Amino acid sequence: MTGTRGTGTPPLSTAAVAAARRRRNGKLGWNLLGLLVFALAAFPVYWMLNTAFKPAKDAIDPTPHFFPYPVSLENFRRALNISDFWGPVERSLIVSAGTVVIGAVIGLLAALAISRFAFRGRKVVIVGILTVQMVPLVAMIIPVFLLLNQIHQIDKLSGLILTYLTFILPFTVWTLRGFLVNIPKELEEAAMVDGCSRTGAFLRVVFPLLAPGLVATSIYGFIQAWNEFLYALLVMSQEHETATVWLGTFTTQHGTEYAPMMAGSTMMGIPVVILFLLVQRKMAAGLTAGAVKG
Amino acid sequence: MSAAETTTAKVPPRRHSSPPAGGGRPPAPGRRRSRLGQAATPWLLLAPCILVLVLVLGYPLIRLGTLSFQDYKKPQLWGFKPATWVGFDNYQAILSDSEFWSVVVRTIVFAGCCVLLTMVVGMLVALLLQRVSPWVRTLVNIALVASWAMPVVVAVTVFKWMFDSDYGVVNWVLSKIPGVDYSGHNWFASGPEGLSVIMMQVVWGAIPFVVITLSAGLTQVPKELEEAARLDGAGALGVFRYVTFPIIKPLVVMMTTLSVIWDMGVFAQVWLMRGGHPEPEFQLLTTYSYDRAFGVNDYATGSAIALLTVLLLLGVVAVYMRQMLKIGEVE
Repeated sequence: MTGTRGTGTPPLSTAAVAAARRRRNGKLGWNLLGLLVFALAAFPVYWMLNTAFKPAKDAIDPTPHFFPYPVSLENFRRALNISDFWGPVERSLIVSAGTVVIGAVIGLLAALAISRFAFRGRKVVIVGILTVQMVPLVAMIIPVFLLLNQIHQIDKLSGLILTYLTFILPFTVWTLRGFLVNIPKELEEAAMVDGCSRTGAFLRVVFPLLAPGLVATSIYGFIQAWNEFLYALLVMSQEHETATVWLGTFTTQHGTEYAPMMAGSTMMGIPVVILFLLVQRKMAAGLTAGAVKG
Repeated sequence: MSAAETTTAKVPPRRHSSPPAGGGRPPAPGRRRSRLGQAATPWLLLAPCILVLVLVLGYPLIRLGTLSFQDYKKPQLWGFKPATWVGFDNYQAILSDSEFWSVVVRTIVFAGCCVLLTMVVGMLVALLLQRVSPWVRTLVNIALVASWAMPVVVAVTVFKWMFDSDYGVVNWVLSKIPGVDYSGHNWFASGPEGLSVIMMQVVWGAIPFVVITLSAGLTQVPKELEEAARLDGAGALGVFRYVTFPIIKPLVVMMTTLSVIWDMGVFAQVWLMRGGHPEPEFQLLTTYSYDRAFGVNDYATGSAIALLTVLLLLGVVAVYMRQMLKIGEVE
């Protein structure tokens, strides 16, 4: 990742090292404050896991138990039994994967156009893609709903994929462009001098360098699609609901059962968190590098 | 240098020839730029992307405008009746409705508080992270990324559970404070209190992005400059105000703008916390518009409200657009 970075952090100067040494004494207070921030930021995640893994009756003890002891999978079993869990998950997977694959293909082509070609109207396209990302999607639900209704895509996964492209596509184009501008054109030129066609140069030289960025972008897009709630709620009927809606409307005739709900949240949230941890660094590098380098 | 396609290799390089009308920028020094080759290729590459965006974004955007001037309810949706034009009737009805105005004020206050809290706390945490030991920084970063990655639906569910009136951990902790009894306290009995809980969730979810971006920005601030200011006698506040902040200001502006857009668009949090039926004192512009369209089946009025929301946002977006145009300038 560091290889493609345009700008790195400035080398630590001796003055900075000296200052760091001087400041070490005052560090204890800052560290304690830092740990407090850690506790506050992590608490909801901890509390979710804690509730999910403790025996169901401990979860509704008015005196909270701060450790899941004994560890129990009872809540997970109940969450899976109360209503169909794998159906919504499968639908979410189809929609997210479909969106990402289509978005990556279309987005890559567009990103190539704006990063590798000089053409009339390029600036307009770039500003347009940035602007599109600013459109608040909440404001668009009514006309999008009517459009889907018109083309008979209500309650269809394909309809949901189509709407998700509205936010996945601009994001994919912009991020991939960030990764692309960091791949030196000279590499492609060298390949072409050696007799590669432009397409050949792309496939053999640029694509392998771009692949990690493409994967990171796709995973990030996948997470966004997976987490989406509003359009999923609107477009899909209850028997075809996706995972987010399944979780959001998780109630039984006994009211809300929080312990199984936390188990459901864990099943939905933890894979996403792990995926996110994997790509976050790469994404941050790509985004900032893309912003710095024209 | 012509990094262009092989197809144009035979065409003599047109150095500086016919600068395109839209982008008459001189080539940046030291940067190579492919010659204007076959003009159609980039557009062919862009075509699928533009096509999709026009269909699912451009068309609905226009439809949103036209819809707000029509009478469009269930019969029109099912095609029993054609949509009729009603001019400004929808807007007149909304703007003379006192409930709408209270929703507007509530949305602005809610979003304003969210943005302010997010930016101030985010900035403080980012500055704090520069002063802590690496292992603390790593811990905080992991917690931040984990909370950033949490799906909104999951986060809302967890907050709902933490603030549950009977078994919620928050009430239990608060009741530990001597003289305070929060057992059985219902956080959602009143609008302002319930919205503060929602605000906490929104801010908790928004801070990681701000902290991580600002931290990245802060590493770009030359240490020598801060050191020099400190040697010249500037206090911590002075260093921040006159050295650090000006350097990261563009980032702050961008993050604030994005936060405004996101926090004005808060929907799932309110909708889920209130079990799909937000009470009147919980309604924000987004849920209000949704309720009008899909609760009462008055799609036209809902669209008009959505459009007014967008107009409200435009002022803020204008600031952001100026930044974006600057990026376009650099291109």
